[in-house]
Amino acid sequence: MTITLDHYLVLGAILFAIGVAGIVINRKNLIILLMSIELMLLAVNVNFVAFSRFLGDPAGQVFVFFILTVAAAESAIGLAILVTLFRNRRDINVTEIDELRG
Amino acid sequence: MDFPAIAFYVFAAVTTLSALAVISVKNAVHAALSLVLSFFSTACLWLLLQAEFLGLVLVLVYVGAVMVLFLFVVMMLDINAERLREGFARHVPVGIAVAMVMAAEMVLLIGARPLEHATASATDPAAAANMSNTAWISHALFSQYTLPFEIAALILTVAVVAAILLTLRRREGVKSQKPGDQVRVRASDRVRVVKMESVRPAAEPPQEGAP
Repeated sequence: MTITLDHYLVLGAILFAIGVAGIVINRKNLIILLMSIELMLLAVNVNFVAFSRFLGDPAGQVFVFFILTVAAAESAIGLAILVTLFRNRRDINVTEIDELRG
Repeated sequence: MDFPAIAFYVFAAVTTLSALAVISVKNAVHAALSLVLSFFSTACLWLLLQAEFLGLVLVLVYVGAVMVLFLFVVMMLDINAERLREGFARHVPVGIAVAMVMAAEMVLLIGARPLEHATASATDPAAAANMSNTAWISHALFSQYTLPFEIAALILTVAVVAAILLTLRRREGVKSQKPGDQVRVRASDRVRVVKMESVRPAAEPPQEGAP
């Protein structure tokens, strides 16, 4: 049996669902939340690469390139905010961050 | 089952299990290391898809840079993991339910779409165009997507400036140079010219025993 597009799409779906479950389960730990977001981005990238390969379109892989760029920027700024938050509060509990009263 | 299929299943299993470890282990350092394993086996999957450039970029950028940044932050912060895990057991059933429903819906969508494209191209499109994967991507990147490429560079620059500015700390009582003030200084700030008479006072009496 050969590996088709569907195999990769199912893998992407499972990875994305794991990322969502990570956000629901670890809703207090900001670091694990950031890692779950990275997992979801990875799942999307798997889908993009698989579609690009099986449909023969380079646009999918170019888009993964841009997603990697933006995700790196996002995690750099997210971790910088995390460090600043920890410096000010000595804690990273998400449920206690309510200064903005949103 | 041929060899690439076995390799796919092995890599997919490692990716899924390490992703599960990321969201479930107690120690944040272990979670970060599991995420490294997950990224690495995903890079192997992309190599199986003959997306060599992106597979290597994933290892270099993610495993080499982003996850090291994560590990630095995790180890730098003194986090009380027990308090952050309060309510973990309470959220697990909700999380599993949401994840199962989402995964089932997405798999359902995959099964429901028309199947013309499922195995449309079994051959590598880059090899069909008679070039390497990197050349294939770069032809598209630098012809059609030049402006987004420049914008990506801009985003990275903004991210660097923002990350440094967010974490820069000005401590009290530290003596440091201020280059702006140094450049802006003028001679009148440094030297005070005092107006004086240049001649000796005329009414000075002649002194006794002067040479």
